[in-house]
Amino acid sequence: MTDQKINDVKIQEQPDTACPPAQDMHPQMKEPLVRMTKRGTVTTSHKVFVYVIGFILALVVGALMLLAIGKNPFLAYRDMVIGSFGTAISSAETIRIAVPLLIASVAVGFAFKMKFWNIGAEGQILAGGIACSYIVVHSINNNNYIPAIPLHLIMVVLAILGGALFGFLPAYFKTKWGTNETLFTLMLNYIAIQYVIYLQSLRTWQDPDSIYPKIVDFAVFTKGKAELPRLFGVHIGWIFALIIAVLAYFYLTKTKHGYEISVVGDSLNTARYAGMNTRWIQIRTLLISGALSGFAGYLQVAGANHTLTETTAGGLGFTAITVAWLGKLNPFIMIPIAVFIAMLQKGSLFIQSTMRIPAAAADLLTGLILFFMLGSEFFIEYKLVFRGKQSVSRLEQKEVTA
Amino acid sequence: MNVLNVIINWFNAAVSVGTPLLLATNGEILTEKSGNLNLGVEGQMYMGAVSGLAAAWLTERWLGAGGIIPLIMAVIFSFLAGCLSGLIYSVLTVTLRANQNVTGLTLAIFGTGFGQFFGEILTNVAGGYVTVGSETKRVFGVIDFGGLAEIPVVGTLLFKYNWLVYFSLIIAVILGWFLNKTRKGLSLRAVGESPGTADSAGINVTRYKYAATTIGGGLCGLGGMYMSLVSHKGVWVSNCISGYGWLAIALVIFSTWSPLRAIYSSIIFGALTVMYMRVPIPGMPMAIYMMFPYIATIIVLILTSIRQIKEHAQPASTGFNYYREER
Repeated sequence: MTDQKINDVKIQEQPDTACPPAQDMHPQMKEPLVRMTKRGTVTTSHKVFVYVIGFILALVVGALMLLAIGKNPFLAYRDMVIGSFGTAISSAETIRIAVPLLIASVAVGFAFKMKFWNIGAEGQILAGGIACSYIVVHSINNNNYIPAIPLHLIMVVLAILGGALFGFLPAYFKTKWGTNETLFTLMLNYIAIQYVIYLQSLRTWQDPDSIYPKIVDFAVFTKGKAELPRLFGVHIGWIFALIIAVLAYFYLTKTKHGYEISVVGDSLNTARYAGMNTRWIQIRTLLISGALSGFAGYLQVAGANHTLTETTAGGLGFTAITVAWLGKLNPFIMIPIAVFIAMLQKGSLFIQSTMRIPAAAADLLTGLILFFMLGSEFFIEYKLVFRGKQSVSRLEQKEVTA
Repeated sequence: MNVLNVIINWFNAAVSVGTPLLLATNGEILTEKSGNLNLGVEGQMYMGAVSGLAAAWLTERWLGAGGIIPLIMAVIFSFLAGCLSGLIYSVLTVTLRANQNVTGLTLAIFGTGFGQFFGEILTNVAGGYVTVGSETKRVFGVIDFGGLAEIPVVGTLLFKYNWLVYFSLIIAVILGWFLNKTRKGLSLRAVGESPGTADSAGINVTRYKYAATTIGGGLCGLGGMYMSLVSHKGVWVSNCISGYGWLAIALVIFSTWSPLRAIYSSIIFGALTVMYMRVPIPGMPMAIYMMFPYIATIIVLILTSIRQIKEHAQPASTGFNYYREER
């Protein structure tokens, strides 16, 4: 109990923004100005405190950037909240952004837990979208002969297969020869984008009434067959997203597979020594990760956009990385964070029209928040001791215990 | 003769397109030599691109004339913006011990947002369309070598480029010399291979990591400036970097951490990027052409991972932070 209080007292002394030259110690120097020591115990209240400070600082830096371009940051932040949750329609829009984001975050979270840096959720979403669009276009070009329910079932299966293929390829080469998975998954993103552009140029895929090459509107051309129904103003993908998050949580924490994933992530050698088939575990997890993203692609095509464009994934894959990391790779925590990031994105679209602030403010703020959260982790694990403060803190210790 | 002409012009275009890749690749090589795997090159290039363009445009407006001064300001500010991004990365990974992969990815997101945010602000300030004047465009254009450029074959191969092409070649040579022939270069490589050993030998690991990552970021910033001021001719295009930063990270692997080998690998990738204009294959859709650099990257990644040569490998500590107390 006393320990906890001491920690709390010390936190208030720390300037969170300071970047101490903690490692620049010269042997001849008696005592450096600042040094760091590891904290023994870390309490939840301390964690929350540091994260909240970090979050506020991120907003402050964001506000300074808005001030620099001559905009009122308070109005901007207020408008972002109003623009994303002010009306029922805007709330539905925000949730619509959050749905694929949450699924993609869960998907990359699976891979990240294994220290497999899958940054190809973008391409996996598109691969799913492309695969399920094939059957829709095929049906459209053959007088819409596939009824709605079988059409959706085939779409889901194809989307999952497409996404899983894009997850499998890097996993196969990574586990076989140690091929760099970060760049492999990333290159697949660009290949998927170019492939969509290629599809747009095909006559069988094109919208006959459009001036520029674009793929037909699936909702119109299938007479609603390829369209997902809505519930509370949002396509029913949000129910699937929540179910996926809950299932993923149990899969990661309560099953043998989940345990294997965390062992492989902590130490590949330990996993091998314990007799685990590490190669299969990695490939299996990436198949699941890719399949989930592929499913998100299906939801984008059938639920949100009703067509396929090169922006169907629209940066979701990258934003998902921040959501997964901010959520500590825990699918439950990812739910509110995905909604929050979706709020930033919807809100920044709103302030673009009301205050003429570029919508890229969303990326800027997302990056800033993650920077500060990453920095915060240091202040959770370590504390800074200033020169000559040792005695002071002992005094405080007496005060606290007294 | 016609075939020869096609090849010569293709090479010429490949060098011009490959130059931002060369700058960014060298920046990332310097960074990785210190043991920092910075995945944020894409973001760093965006920051350099927007800062360089803004500096050139604002200086031009302030002076009322284009030319060499806006050019100098563009170089300084894009380099500084790149340095700033490298510094952010260093503070987070070296001092605050954050995960290198996630920090780099965050930098990519942040930098892209930064570039597009301020790029659009600039566009609004300029009244809908940012473009530098013709004088500034000229100083970023092909240098006039007079008669030299008229020499058949050699003239086009060697003397029809803008100054940044020669500048980036010099940077590559200097960097190669620095890493392999100087004492500081040796220390830097030691930091990247085994920071614990370097620390024991009295090398200030923190200082080397900070310096290499910051200057490396500056080079990436210059690569970004090339994209906005040369490739896009001083006009702000919101997705002006379009994946070049990621290609640069792949090129580091392709050129096996050697600044000199980065020269030809950047030319090869430049050639693949402009292939659709130079070598038309009947019936080949444009979009499939555009996939070539990315497919080539994947093939290169797989091939280099299959045949791993020890002296051509990544610096051993790349991607891992150095914890002094765990030596």
